[in-house]
Amino acid sequence: MTTTREIAIQTEPFVVNFGPAHPSTHGVFRMLTTLDGEVIVAMEPVFGYLHRGIEKLAEERTYGGCIPLTDRLDYLASMSNNFAYCLAVEKLAGIEVPERAEYIRVIMAELQRIASHLIAIGAFLNDCGAFQTPIVYMIREREKILDLFDMVCGQRLTYNYMRVGGVSQDIPEEFVPALKKFLKEMPGWIKEYDRLLKENEILLARAKGVGILSKEMAINTSASGPVLRASGVEWDIRRADPYSIYDRFEFDIPTGTAGDCYDRYRVRIEEMRQSLRILEQAAAQISPGDFRSEVPHLVRPPAGEAYGRLESPKGELGFYLVSDGSIAPYRFHVRAPAFINLTALSDMMRGWKVADAIIIFGSIDICMGEVDR
Amino acid sequence: MTTALSPGKIAKQLAKKFPEAVIEEGADSLLLKPESLLAVMEYLKTSPGLDFDYLNHVTGVDYYDYLEVVYQLTSLKHNHGLVLKVRCYDREKPALPSVYGIWRGADFQEREIFDLLGIVFEGHPKLRRIVLWEGFEGYPLRKDFL
Amino acid sequence: MEIEEVYSREAIDEREGRQINELIARSQDIIPDPDQWLDEELKRNVLVTSVDAVLGWARRTSLWPVVCFPACCAFEFITTAASRFDISRFGMEIIRASPRQGDLMITAGTLTWKMAPQVKRIYDQMAEPKWVIAMGACAISGGIFRSSYSVVPGYNHIIPVDVYLPGCPPRPEALIYAIRMLHKKISQRSIIREGK
Repeated sequence: MTTTREIAIQTEPFVVNFGPAHPSTHGVFRMLTTLDGEVIVAMEPVFGYLHRGIEKLAEERTYGGCIPLTDRLDYLASMSNNFAYCLAVEKLAGIEVPERAEYIRVIMAELQRIASHLIAIGAFLNDCGAFQTPIVYMIREREKILDLFDMVCGQRLTYNYMRVGGVSQDIPEEFVPALKKFLKEMPGWIKEYDRLLKENEILLARAKGVGILSKEMAINTSASGPVLRASGVEWDIRRADPYSIYDRFEFDIPTGTAGDCYDRYRVRIEEMRQSLRILEQAAAQISPGDFRSEVPHLVRPPAGEAYGRLESPKGELGFYLVSDGSIAPYRFHVRAPAFINLTALSDMMRGWKVADAIIIFGSIDICMGEVDR
Repeated sequence: MTTALSPGKIAKQLAKKFPEAVIEEGADSLLLKPESLLAVMEYLKTSPGLDFDYLNHVTGVDYYDYLEVVYQLTSLKHNHGLVLKVRCYDREKPALPSVYGIWRGADFQEREIFDLLGIVFEGHPKLRRIVLWEGFEGYPLRKDFL
Repeated sequence: MEIEEVYSREAIDEREGRQINELIARSQDIIPDPDQWLDEELKRNVLVTSVDAVLGWARRTSLWPVVCFPACCAFEFITTAASRFDISRFGMEIIRASPRQGDLMITAGTLTWKMAPQVKRIYDQMAEPKWVIAMGACAISGGIFRSSYSVVPGYNHIIPVDVYLPGCPPRPEALIYAIRMLHKKISQRSIIREGK
């Protein structure tokens, strides 16, 4: 976007630092933006303010003991992190998971997707200027999901629920009826959000056409998840490389056309609806059985390597594990979707104003625990 | 289902164009020579039938004798994947060519490998520490740190 | 225009790195809790005068938290501020980004050495009287990440802490209990001690 104007005064570009502590709910992320007037000319992200050394810490813990560490990576979607890690270890060690455990895992993963998208959309609308109102509505719904998780494993945020070979404990009897009650009410709430927000003038003016990520750029910068799908690429790991029992469920993959912030928001709303569809099918198909297969307490996978991945709410989350036959992983690497989605951020922001920068950043939906690890 | 392409077939295809590139064919990965890395990657991205347009991830591992960098590629069109590896035997000043020009997604990931393992990627426009601060001594993910 | 003309990234990084290394060297010991130096004062002032009572009431019923949200505990804090576990009934729903307008820093998340100078700066900019609640295991002692190379083993290496709240993350009910404890502590403060 170039602007031509009569230059009567000398102007110089200057740098504004969006410091690590800032009033949005995205975490400690710093942006060094070079501005020409109000227009952003260049942007450099600085992160590492939450680098806790999880990859190194995992090398001194056993395979089962790494699961609490994986919780704290993307703390808004802990169930997905646990799931991806268990997939990687099971691939490495060749462990089979019983069917009931698969259904429980899928139910937890899809509930987690809805909870994470609620916060993502709420925080995005917060940045758009709808200060606190939508996020309070969405936290109200998220509390219902957190109550379901509380019923199962006693925790609200970092669950540590999945284990290598299944889950840590069976779901109580009240769970499936409570889940069915939630599934009856939730579509009504999503309709309420649409009524308030879908055709909202302010949201359309602020988010439509802003921060466009083209299809080629999205593929070249290894974007994944809703960011990739909003740019028009229909790539979802649940369909492309089905893991667990996702090949038994019917669901659509919502994609956008323009790749702007509004499309990313729409993709997330539609994904919540598809998750509800999967949940209904899973709740109907679940049957009694074992919740965990017989696995030794200290798992010793044979020497080798494995890459287990899944579609987390933020994108393709994968764990690359290298084993040397002992009880602790030799190398534990996280393919963090939020970290890699940020590669395109400086290109998406060029040419927009300062106020749009916050919206573009919010629409990618990052979680600093994952970006910095 | 993402089919993992057999390394043996790819090695045969590469041997016609790049005779010396492949050192070893593992069970599910190919080991390449560092000098031929860029040429092979460019070929894998552009040749029809392979079309590896999506770089899943780049990561580094410290085996005590050498440092290894692992690339995972996917083709969105044909839905197949491939794993490639490169080794670096020099622990004092490890250096490898950067694939930033081929897939921009390698930008932050190569910076992270530089930060945590110390491997310098030649050709990367802004190779600088990314998660740790300037003035931090050492490379944490190496096995001889702490 | 090239970025290099406007600012030099190397210089910024180097200055930041030096700041961090200096802070690491200075912060190897724990700052003593405010209670320890407050105890002697309280022993002398047994009676709390009515002025103290009014001031204490005014301060504790409208504590405004300052934004300090590094990690996971931040989300338990945000849900505490939302409609189910309302902290607005304590007068605390205004979460100010500007430290000059805040009284309370609820440190919600792991502190890394890279972030430490920034948190210290925010704490220094807050106007007196100010309090700190260390929320979560990572804030108290480094938590699950204590043995990492880049994590500060507890906020009390950098700033003095008033209330320690364990949990990983602590439930919203626990956070409200910690706030109530802080209210009790505030109402016990005497104006005579604060001659400054």
